[in-house]
Amino acid sequence: MIESLAKPVKALRAWIRGRRAGSRRRRIPTQLIQLGVIFAVVGVGMFLMRQKFVPDTFGDLGHYRAAAVAANAELEPRYAGWQECAMCHPDKVEAKNSSFHRTVSCESCHGPANDHASNPMQLKPELPAGREPCLACHSYLASRPTGFPQIIEERHNPVRACTGCHDAHDPTPPESIQECSACHNTIARSKAVSPHAPLDCEVCHEAPPEHKVQPRAHVPKKPFEREFCGTCHDRRARPPEEIRGVDLSVYEIPRIDLVTHGGTFVCWQCHYQHSPEAR
Amino acid sequence: MSQNYDRRKFLAELLKFPPATIVLGVIGPVRLLAAAGTDEYEPTEHYYAMGIRVEECIGCGKCVKACKLENDVPDEPYYFRTWVERYIVYTDGEVQVDSPEGGIHGFPPVADESFPPVAAGKEILRTFFVPKLCNHCDNPPCVQVCPVGATFKSQDGVVLVDEDYCIGCRYCIQACPYGARFLDPRTKTANKCTFCYHRITKGLLPACVEVCPTQARVFGEIGDRSTPLNRMMRMSHLEVLKPHMNTEPKVYYTALDGEVR
Amino acid sequence: MDPEHLAQLEAALGQVTGFIYPNEVELHWSILIVIYPYLTGLVAGAFILASLEKVFKVKALQPTYRLALLTALAFLIVAPMPLQAHLGHPERAFEIFLTPNSASAMAMFGFVYAWYLMVVLLMEIWFDYRADLVRWRQNDKGVMKLVRWLISLGSRDVSPAAVAFDKKAVQFITIVGIPSAFLLHGYVGFIFGSVKANPWWSSVLMPIVFLFSAIVSGISMVLLIYYVTTLLRRKELDMSCLDALASFLFYALIIDLSLEALDFIHRLYESEESIEILEQLIFGKLFLSLTIVQILLGTIVPIVFLAAARFSELPNEMKRMIYFVAAVLVQVGIFSTRWNVVIGGQLFSKSLRGLTAYKLEFGGQEGLLVAIGLLILPFLILALLLKILPPWEDAKTDSSELSEAMTEAEPSEASSLS
Repeated sequence: MIESLAKPVKALRAWIRGRRAGSRRRRIPTQLIQLGVIFAVVGVGMFLMRQKFVPDTFGDLGHYRAAAVAANAELEPRYAGWQECAMCHPDKVEAKNSSFHRTVSCESCHGPANDHASNPMQLKPELPAGREPCLACHSYLASRPTGFPQIIEERHNPVRACTGCHDAHDPTPPESIQECSACHNTIARSKAVSPHAPLDCEVCHEAPPEHKVQPRAHVPKKPFEREFCGTCHDRRARPPEEIRGVDLSVYEIPRIDLVTHGGTFVCWQCHYQHSPEAR
Repeated sequence: MSQNYDRRKFLAELLKFPPATIVLGVIGPVRLLAAAGTDEYEPTEHYYAMGIRVEECIGCGKCVKACKLENDVPDEPYYFRTWVERYIVYTDGEVQVDSPEGGIHGFPPVADESFPPVAAGKEILRTFFVPKLCNHCDNPPCVQVCPVGATFKSQDGVVLVDEDYCIGCRYCIQACPYGARFLDPRTKTANKCTFCYHRITKGLLPACVEVCPTQARVFGEIGDRSTPLNRMMRMSHLEVLKPHMNTEPKVYYTALDGEVR
Repeated sequence: MDPEHLAQLEAALGQVTGFIYPNEVELHWSILIVIYPYLTGLVAGAFILASLEKVFKVKALQPTYRLALLTALAFLIVAPMPLQAHLGHPERAFEIFLTPNSASAMAMFGFVYAWYLMVVLLMEIWFDYRADLVRWRQNDKGVMKLVRWLISLGSRDVSPAAVAFDKKAVQFITIVGIPSAFLLHGYVGFIFGSVKANPWWSSVLMPIVFLFSAIVSGISMVLLIYYVTTLLRRKELDMSCLDALASFLFYALIIDLSLEALDFIHRLYESEESIEILEQLIFGKLFLSLTIVQILLGTIVPIVFLAAARFSELPNEMKRMIYFVAAVLVQVGIFSTRWNVVIGGQLFSKSLRGLTAYKLEFGGQEGLLVAIGLLILPFLILALLLKILPPWEDAKTDSSELSEAMTEAEPSEASSLS
């Protein structure tokens, strides 16, 4: 065992001796020594600089300054959160939270209120006024989700302030809770901003009065044939000038040829009747 | 500090009024617990993400405004941590996208939206709003390219910028596929959404989520604890932006249209 | 906030077509970042040209060997300046050495640059000039003597053994230097090519395209410098050297054009989702700088010129003129190549739905004036280098005659400097 080790050790010694003898004969060129010194100085300098200047918390958690996390968390919030509001304004929050505006937080309309929360008497939050603040969400835009309550500004009680009829903290519209829209809210809202807006639900759906009591047992009528739509939209038909009090003559009703239009499909397979295409 | 003191004093005075005590009795413990937890916030116990329900967004722009106010983002319309885009797909296949001033003042009606509809050149097939922000990617290309380690993914999964260390080379801005970063003209450093890191670590919601009137934005944590986000992730079909980039975003969208890039 | 900057952003917003992300109005990498790859390209190209002589023994290029090295050095010294000037916080630039992010292509810049400057270029020049420096210094006076003594690091040994070692060292460094030069500029290409978010940049071919355009630009720049300096010195142009330069330039141009064409055809054929916006870019905002300047004037016309000069029996004066014009065109073409990559890659939105605009400032930190200054600076540095380290054949000293002078001069020099 020991002998087997001794052999390579001997060989190594011989090699080192040979190297030493050789180096005495072939000294390292002076150029290399000069360059070596320069590189050593630069290298050591860089190393020392690095030791000195790398920021304290760098690398503690990853390849970044751990202190930067705290720096990001330092900023003072400006929005307090609705729970903060609830501490002093429980009545308002409670009313809002059981209304259609339950998902709207206080600061959505009143602006950032952290300053107010910490100095309630001196610093007051915004008090929205006029129609604009409400229209930001409720003016009609085609891109808004179907069924989201929207109004056509010019047609919906122009000039009057929204708060004249609606309480912002409980904005239930005076009439909507009755009649069809009480249950068919999404449909009512879609229709309200569609070309079919002037039409009453009962123009197409004749509903027995019992429907309101037992909706499943007494189902309203639904149009089931093309001819029904054709009453107004067939090119050959002569639509009534007035339906349930609505003067139809002011509208340009789109007309088609019921015989050739749409093949075997019924109208509502292509057109959503509560919000039909514009033309 | 002084602010906290003021608030406590105010609460103490408030407690003298009987009606207030009732409300505080309900909400108080929750809030106070959250507040007490601020000091011992443990980042390793959290992993944040956001959900965006496109079908709920009404394009009011309140999130954009709240973000600018909350995070002191420059007012000019070239700097956004979050913004809202409007997509209009026409029947002829053309897609029109706009985001006037990031949607901060909402959106103007498009031509054919006058009522009753008048014949304009085009007909809308479908249209919707899409809120955008930093996706806080799990595999963030911006962090990959930062030469000095001035932007990083924190232990709680938020991609942050170290303002005091950023050299302003803007490689991260180039590397972000979502246009979520900008150079703050005042500090000359990269800037971006932090999920309102200063809020979420105090138990508050990000400002955009707080003010969103339709809960189109859902904030929460990924993992086994029950959060609004977890509920959404369990109940919906989720999409992320530009999945082919393999950035593994942590902003999840529902009802995301294929036209959204 | 700077009102001028805001006015500029407002103007850019006015020129936006289609849809861009709101944060994309500001174009972040300006003309300074165009200059950076242009300069490093010249460095790498000039060095590769120099190594043609040393490693591949192209004897005809002998007159430009040292000139090419000095050109590379002059441009390399200036190369990091535009980067530095463009940083939001130039004073923090040292962080790239302190805490380099190993995942970041850009963080490697410091190391690639340091390696190339210190280990390759300076060492090669030092070994190549050392013996000459020692000899020149005998006849120098005043500042020049001190400067040359400093540069030679006080070296004195001009024994045949030492000179032989220098030669070997140069040979070795050149061999190490070729991959290093490839690394230097290929790496610059990688900085752009690895940005997956940007379809105009993201391409595996980018480093190679950068490399060959670097070779093209380096050769043509050395050709121009050789041409001008020789005329200024009222010497005869070495026609075989010019011919050799021109033919290397010709081949490099052909490869460069083929690579660009490959990249183009590949994109067109794959026709990914970005193709539509890139089409708008190429035929719109980049039509002049890409199609006309880069491809037509900067590549095809020089190829035609060089081919005409090469395969025809033109008089030397005529050939020279053609080479000169071709080299100038190539420089213009390469500069617009850099422009098209850097600026072009930022003109379209990552939403792939719209284009923005870049308006070059005149003054200011990232303006035209600074850019022109940074383009002139390398030539001033080169002029200085040519003074201290003349690369001309006639400046070279014969080792035999000087080694004698050396032994006599040595004691006095040592005393005067100590």
